[in-house]
Amino acid sequence: MVNVPEYVIEMLHITKEFPGIKANDDISLQLRRGEIHALLGENGAGKSTLMSVLFGLYQPDEGEIRKDGKAVKINNPNDATALHIGMVHQHFKLIDVFTVLDNIILGAEDTKLGFLSKKKARQKVTELSERYGLKVDLDAKIEDITVGMQQRVEILKMLYRDNEVLIFDEPTAVLTPQEIDELMKIMKGLAAEGKSILFITHKLNEIMAVADRCSVLRKGKYIGTVNTAETTKAELSRMMVGRDVQLVVEKKPAVPAEPVLEVTGLSVKSRLYNREAVKNVSFTAHAGEIVCIAGIDGNGQSELVHAITGLEKAAKGKVAINGQDVTNASIRQRSKAGMSHIPEDRHKHGLILDNSLEQNLVLQRYYEPQFQKAGFIRFDAVRAYAQSLIEQYDVRSGQGPVTLTRSMSGGNQQKAIIAREIDRDLPLIVAVQPTRGLDVGAIEYIHSQLVNQRDAGKAVVLVSLELDEVMNLSDRILVMYEGEIVGELDPKKTTVEELGLYMAGAKKQGKEAQA
Amino acid sequence: MSKMSLNGLMKKDGAKTVMASLLSIIIGMAAGSLIILIVGLTTPTLGVKSVWDGIRIVFAGLFTTGRDAAGALTFGFNPQMMGNMLFRATPVIMTGLSVAVANKTGLFNIGAPGQYLAGTAATLFIALSMPVEGSEMTAWLVSQGVSCAVTYPAWLVWTAAFIGGCAAGALWGAIPGLLKAILNINEVLACIMTNWIAANLVTWAFDISALKNVVENTKSGYIYKTSFNGVETAKLGLNDLFVGSQVNGGILIAAVIAVLVYIMLSKTTFGYELKACGSNRFAARYAGIKDKRSIVVSMAIAGALAGGAGALYNLAGNTEFFWSTYQSLPAVGFNGIPVALLAANNPIAVIFTGMFMSMLDICGLQLTNLTGYNEFITDVIIAVIVYLAAFSLVIKMMINKLIKKDGKESVK
Repeated sequence: MVNVPEYVIEMLHITKEFPGIKANDDISLQLRRGEIHALLGENGAGKSTLMSVLFGLYQPDEGEIRKDGKAVKINNPNDATALHIGMVHQHFKLIDVFTVLDNIILGAEDTKLGFLSKKKARQKVTELSERYGLKVDLDAKIEDITVGMQQRVEILKMLYRDNEVLIFDEPTAVLTPQEIDELMKIMKGLAAEGKSILFITHKLNEIMAVADRCSVLRKGKYIGTVNTAETTKAELSRMMVGRDVQLVVEKKPAVPAEPVLEVTGLSVKSRLYNREAVKNVSFTAHAGEIVCIAGIDGNGQSELVHAITGLEKAAKGKVAINGQDVTNASIRQRSKAGMSHIPEDRHKHGLILDNSLEQNLVLQRYYEPQFQKAGFIRFDAVRAYAQSLIEQYDVRSGQGPVTLTRSMSGGNQQKAIIAREIDRDLPLIVAVQPTRGLDVGAIEYIHSQLVNQRDAGKAVVLVSLELDEVMNLSDRILVMYEGEIVGELDPKKTTVEELGLYMAGAKKQGKEAQA
Repeated sequence: MSKMSLNGLMKKDGAKTVMASLLSIIIGMAAGSLIILIVGLTTPTLGVKSVWDGIRIVFAGLFTTGRDAAGALTFGFNPQMMGNMLFRATPVIMTGLSVAVANKTGLFNIGAPGQYLAGTAATLFIALSMPVEGSEMTAWLVSQGVSCAVTYPAWLVWTAAFIGGCAAGALWGAIPGLLKAILNINEVLACIMTNWIAANLVTWAFDISALKNVVENTKSGYIYKTSFNGVETAKLGLNDLFVGSQVNGGILIAAVIAVLVYIMLSKTTFGYELKACGSNRFAARYAGIKDKRSIVVSMAIAGALAGGAGALYNLAGNTEFFWSTYQSLPAVGFNGIPVALLAANNPIAVIFTGMFMSMLDICGLQLTNLTGYNEFITDVIIAVIVYLAAFSLVIKMMINKLIKKDGKESVK
């Protein structure tokens, strides 16, 4: 063991410049053998570029990479694979119609006289999955298994190739809380077996829970590396954002006024199964309060929101905005009745990615007299409005109003949606997981915007899966379980544990307690 | 300095698109020249001189004026060819617009041939069923003992026939649109079906009609020319500009329609809605745009344009419609696809790519007229261009790479 150097991977003084931006500016990163090393940074801080350099997708302008103390040149992903560096991408690279086993061996198949021979592969994969506790069904098709299991397949893919350095690119973004816990256990197991893990994330909780050390990048520059045992979340976020970040939202007590959204006896049919996804739900959101609908993903929150916003039809019940019955109204009518909607899926519903930023910023308003005259778009008005929103809400993009939305970072895409929806200045805001996948800086910003809106007398309906967000932001919590509202809680009087019990269906309030 | 500004220009996306299209065209013509070379050198009746003639016609067939006394090709302004080019360009520009509108709104309209036929049928039925006072047809009908008490002015019949053609095309285009919007059936499949339904329906309708040309009994299987009823598109003086050609005002109508389509798509809220729906149906629905209606409307507009192509072509007055169409679909419908592709779906550019396609047609004719080659070589050129136009994205990427390389070298 004398000859084994301390660091398995060293990236020294890496600089990578793109036209107009220094994505990596003299960054050094040293990965110890058998450690979990978190790489923390805001969207656009240069994490992805750095990992792409390590994975051979980009060539650094300056700096060198060392593997086991020896300088290496990684020209393409094949070189990286040969050096036993593997990566689990945020968006899985799996073939949906292939089985788990076929996906794992794809590209590294054993053959016998030109014929595929899977026997040895099956044995090896089975061994690996038992050793690391990665439960998968080798003969299931990818399209039939859960996202969590798909991720385990990706991990097995790396292990099957005998990779020693495993890069996880924001692995928890797509997982449920239970799956996240599972993944954390797996990662610790891998590290204990001597694998070295680079863990890219901007979730501070996860870093504190699982990482040994953490390196922080900000705007392409290396800020520092700390031992997680000796730091706090507040310090990490300060390093990442460059200033103190409010992890807990500060807000005045709510002053609920007249009801804005009234939902009575609403039921929605499930799209997949022959049952009701939302069962007889009633609640009211008042002006000047944030009502949070909490629950584990898939308990009818999406369907409830769809029925309220008009994306889906309600089977039974009534939805009223400001006293106006909109149960069967079109989306445009609801919007005109006073509802703005920050959608759950910003790529599917929120934005037209192939359109420019300015066109997306007027997506909900293009037909208003301000932006059109006799059916002709007033391009100068659109441009001026987009400019003002971009400045006011600090939406950052490469080319301002004409930037292709697809090319913007996730945080700024979400900011654009928030800007668009909040600036309409409507009495009701329905926000669904508005901070999903965003870094703390952006989360802080969005939270403060929502609180400002509440203080300005808007009714905010917030759907969230993040317990911290629910506890921090809401004035009233409604917990959904299997399509029903099983409890109404006051965030000041309840605990995360109690909330968890309601979310898991272990506790339920009587009907009369509902709002 | 000039290189710098050229580089700047090349970085613009629009410029790259134009470059990609031009590159497709040049490679296509080069491929045509190569075939001419091979055919020429391997055919005893041709030879090196014919090869040189052939290649020149491929590139400049529009400007050939014949052969001089010594038998050499002569070049210059050829009003007849130029006029015929514009005449043939008219329907191709219209079908090109049809495909471009659909593409811009996220749909692939391969149903232009069927819509073209629907438009043709409606136009001919209207143009030949409303007797025009003093027309040859009215006189003939009277001589056959048919009373023509009510007659119409020619301009009214023309207008009714044109609008009828567009409306029939719109209806035919709306069918795949409805199937997609309501039942989520892929519009390509539905379009292929409606193409053949149109082909058979049109054959049947004319077969039982009284519009089959029985006056000029030298030919069979043709419908009367609309000029038989005194209905034809005004020449607007173009015939004086391009003496001896078939040109008429239709080309100007097509150009005006192209400009209108451009304005509709890029300047109006209506176009914004259609494009939004095409780029992301879900986001459009989220924003309160009626996505199903948008799909149907897009396809109806595309159909109206293809129907208008049939109307303009058949209202020329000098064209005859061969009514037994059930075995083949009109090529002009399919040619709209390469025209739109080459134009990168820009309606204004469609005017020029449409004229380019009809120019290739003329080149083919001149090959047959003036050399021992036949016109099918230009079909090969069109085919190559279509392939390359479909790869225009790849070509754009290649241009990007070239520019990058160039940029790097100049830095060093």
